[in-house]
Amino acid sequence: MSVHDTLLNRLKRGCETMAYPKGPAPALPDRHGGALKVEAAKCDAGCSACVTVCPTEAIARPSGKSVALDLGRCIFCAECVKVCPSKAITQTSDHRMAVRRREDLVLGDTGKEQVRLAQALDKKLRRLFGRSLKLRQVSAAGCNACEADTNVLGTIGWDLGRFGIQFVASPRHADGLLITGPVSKNMELALKKTYIALPEPRIVIALGACAIAGGPFIGHQQHHNGASGLVPVDLFIPGCPPHPLTILDGLLRLLDRLGEASERR
Amino acid sequence: MKRDTPFTLLTNGTALSWADVPEWPLAEFLRNVGAELGRGERLSSFFGVPEGDALRLVAVLAFDAGNTLAVGRSQPFTGSFPALTATHAQAHLFEREIWEQHGVVPENHPWLKPVRKDHGAGPAVGDFFRVDGREIHEVAVGPVHAGIIEPGHFRFQCAGEEVLHLEIALGYQHRGVEEAITGGPHRATVYQMETVAGDTTIGHATAYANALEALAGTEAPLRAQWLRAIALELERLANHTGDLGALAGDVAFLPTASACGKIRGDFLNLTALLCGNRFGRGLVRPGGCPLDGDAERLSQLRKRLETALAEVQQAAAWLWDAASVRTRFEHTGHLHAKQAAGIGLVGPAARACGLVRDVRFDHPTGWHRFAQVPVSVWPDGDVFARARVRWLEIQRSGDFLREQLDAVPEGETMSSLPALAPNSLAVALVEGWRGEVCHVALTGPDGKLRRYKITDPSFHNWTGLALALRGQAISDFPLCNKSFNLSYCGFDL
Repeated sequence: MSVHDTLLNRLKRGCETMAYPKGPAPALPDRHGGALKVEAAKCDAGCSACVTVCPTEAIARPSGKSVALDLGRCIFCAECVKVCPSKAITQTSDHRMAVRRREDLVLGDTGKEQVRLAQALDKKLRRLFGRSLKLRQVSAAGCNACEADTNVLGTIGWDLGRFGIQFVASPRHADGLLITGPVSKNMELALKKTYIALPEPRIVIALGACAIAGGPFIGHQQHHNGASGLVPVDLFIPGCPPHPLTILDGLLRLLDRLGEASERR
Repeated sequence: MKRDTPFTLLTNGTALSWADVPEWPLAEFLRNVGAELGRGERLSSFFGVPEGDALRLVAVLAFDAGNTLAVGRSQPFTGSFPALTATHAQAHLFEREIWEQHGVVPENHPWLKPVRKDHGAGPAVGDFFRVDGREIHEVAVGPVHAGIIEPGHFRFQCAGEEVLHLEIALGYQHRGVEEAITGGPHRATVYQMETVAGDTTIGHATAYANALEALAGTEAPLRAQWLRAIALELERLANHTGDLGALAGDVAFLPTASACGKIRGDFLNLTALLCGNRFGRGLVRPGGCPLDGDAERLSQLRKRLETALAEVQQAAAWLWDAASVRTRFEHTGHLHAKQAAGIGLVGPAARACGLVRDVRFDHPTGWHRFAQVPVSVWPDGDVFARARVRWLEIQRSGDFLREQLDAVPEGETMSSLPALAPNSLAVALVEGWRGEVCHVALTGPDGKLRRYKITDPSFHNWTGLALALRGQAISDFPLCNKSFNLSYCGFDL
């Protein structure tokens, strides 16, 4: 095969980058389920079936109070959906889940049945980062799934570079930090040093259940149950791991680059 | 092939009573293990089991040629034991780990230092092997790396460009996986098994399920075993394809790099077609597979598989045809078969040194008892060989999946798991895409897990990377590293 053949093949394939966000979003796998919706008003009195099956203690029902599900702790196993007798917890197949405030991931009460999606950065930061956001990635005991599905955004199908978003090889070149993993104690120092090395203003993104709250390893002594106890987090993207579409939605939402796709599921 | 051994033999994916594991005084135990290693057998797992204030050592050996595993244990002891590492390099990290986890000292261990525990400032702080001399310089890399990669520290001793020695310090990813299982299985355990190494979800979850099923004296329904075998090859296809692309990227051969990046995602999406998650979360559970694939779903899988396989064939053809790639891959990061056998290398890295070892072939369990995958071997031991073995395996996995998807077994995919037998030991090996995943489970009198030992293939293979770097230009480190593509979290647990 000659270079000629390679080029010809390349030409034949055409542009393989998806149209999203201008065009429709790629479909999530039908068994993915998407974000959860929790309607605590539907709960049977005294029922706590979901609480007892959740592997990460993401669901609580203190006596006399209504059910609250923390999507930041959730690893999307959907065991709660299966056992709920009153269909109070349902899957929405919505890929959009990123939030700016931790409490916006807590679902259940009336008006708070679903995540309160992230607002864009303020005008000043948007002017700085809106068309060029350079990120440094720190994996702090991530299992390589969040990392892999972040990496995938750099491939030709997703082409993160077209939004001016790029992962860079030095914190000195970065505008923000993207953290994966529950932050092991062995990575605490490296994470803090990386954060400090970022020039200001800087943003921090916690990606995946581990980085938000510890994920499947929640409560272990060997880590910090997520990044927010160590550095201020500006964007939380839930999932185990989040689908690449969920990650992209979160990044673009922060930069106000989604346009009409912001409302589209 | 039976032969005289004092060890008790068992088949992959089975359990035996703890009392039936032969017990010897410490010195005799070590002599017996050493004798088997001396005959060229493999140390699959080697760990401690606390007994009150004392400790027992347990060895799981793989007699690959005899298609059987062998177990033995020492009587409880305290203090120290003579290190096997001094004569058998395979035991190197296991003995460091035993020292770190239980405090007993392997005497005369040539390089006794922590494996993964926090010592205040992280594992990289400490003494590194140093080469002295006026022309020698030292390069320190990590824990945080330049890309989107897990953390680890690499310390190079160089003379100019040439690497004389590389020491790899890990432990940054330590999450306390093994400790957490004690007293379990707990509600979160299966989810933790799926994330021991997130890119090997099927490999580790299947090993865990096999171990628990063996302890429960049951077997998953055949159709579930079939589904697990399908998912295992999909996992291999995704990762091997990604690796070929990344290797191409590291030598600046962009056509294959960009194509494989996308095709890897297509394979991940096939796993997601089965269970909703691109990494196979939720697909394997002790007792079977909770999500079945209906005929429509499986036919879609078959169709999309064909497309992805055709695309990867094209992308690989570009790679093998390019002289610029061959010249960078050949003779880079070379490892001899003898070195590889000596350190107990596993998986594609071992097969790329000409070693015929593959759990699917040597120790078939589950569906692999009925459907075999030929072992892909290449003799040269360099980056080219490691890339080539991946390509051979992509083709074999493709053939296997085609064959299997054309002859779908009937039946259920899920069964309930009976209680675990008390005081029993189970061993489960799975050929994950990086190599042998080994889970050893030991129950106590209450039927709860008393000790659970996980050995990711990376535990054996990081040493291989360090050796492959000797005499290389330091600028070839990324290429060599990628050709092994080992797990940090799978090692760190």
